[in-house]
Amino acid sequence: MTANQLMFILFSSVIVACSILTVTSRRILRAAVYLLFVLISTSGLYFMLNYQFLAAVQLTLYAGGIVVLIIFSILLTSHISQKFEAIEIRKSVFSALAVAAGLIVTIITILDFRFSATTQAAREINMQAVGNDLLSTGKDGFILPFEVVSILLLAAMVAAIVVAKKAGPSGAQTETIKEQ
Amino acid sequence: MTSGIPLQFFLILAAIMFFVGVYGFLTRRNLITILMSVELILNSVNINFVAFNRYLFPHKLEGFFFSLFVITVAAAEAAVAIAIIINIYRRFTTINVEDVDVMKY
Repeated sequence: MTANQLMFILFSSVIVACSILTVTSRRILRAAVYLLFVLISTSGLYFMLNYQFLAAVQLTLYAGGIVVLIIFSILLTSHISQKFEAIEIRKSVFSALAVAAGLIVTIITILDFRFSATTQAAREINMQAVGNDLLSTGKDGFILPFEVVSILLLAAMVAAIVVAKKAGPSGAQTETIKEQ
Repeated sequence: MTSGIPLQFFLILAAIMFFVGVYGFLTRRNLITILMSVELILNSVNINFVAFNRYLFPHKLEGFFFSLFVITVAAAEAAVAIAIIINIYRRFTTINVEDVDVMKY
């Protein structure tokens, strides 16, 4: 067994175990921490596949940004030691059945399909290549999605501020609109 | 580099993660945990894109950039969702989806 295989087994077992714990844990803060472990192991997989830039983005954006945001909103909306009530047995059994059926179908399809790789030489990925592709207008360029996503981020930022903003001193937001 | 690990292993790992996320989406009743399940689903899709890019099309960067954009959209989605959750909490003092059944009042 090579070191690569050992690393893959380690990362994938952490991912599977922690993602199951994320959706079954009855303490919400623990669920968030399990999600953090899942995201960090995923970035480990990206490092294994030699996509260092993507792994760094995964670590900073997902593990550093989104999980912190989620933990902040947990602390704003629920008590730390709050425990969920158990899920109804019926609901969890039927959901598990549906999920297991989907999983089995997917795995059978994956094992059945013959994937054929190209024989072309692998391209070296460094920061310069990534930056050039991201901003190039040529055949392999990605400038259109890049610009669209930047507008999306701006819109999401404005929307988040507007939605989460407290209503004016006169009460609900609808009333302030009527007054104007 | 990726010697000894077939592509199928990555795909099966992503499939397991995806369906665990779907299970959480179906059974959870708290808005934040539902959001966490959605993050799991998005993350599993990213693993698929990256593995396909590395194994089947190593001369291109399309899967790489697609997962980059998926991460960006997930960040935007999380920000807006958490703003909505905080607003809901302010009006109803709960974020249990079964207790929030009024759209406008």
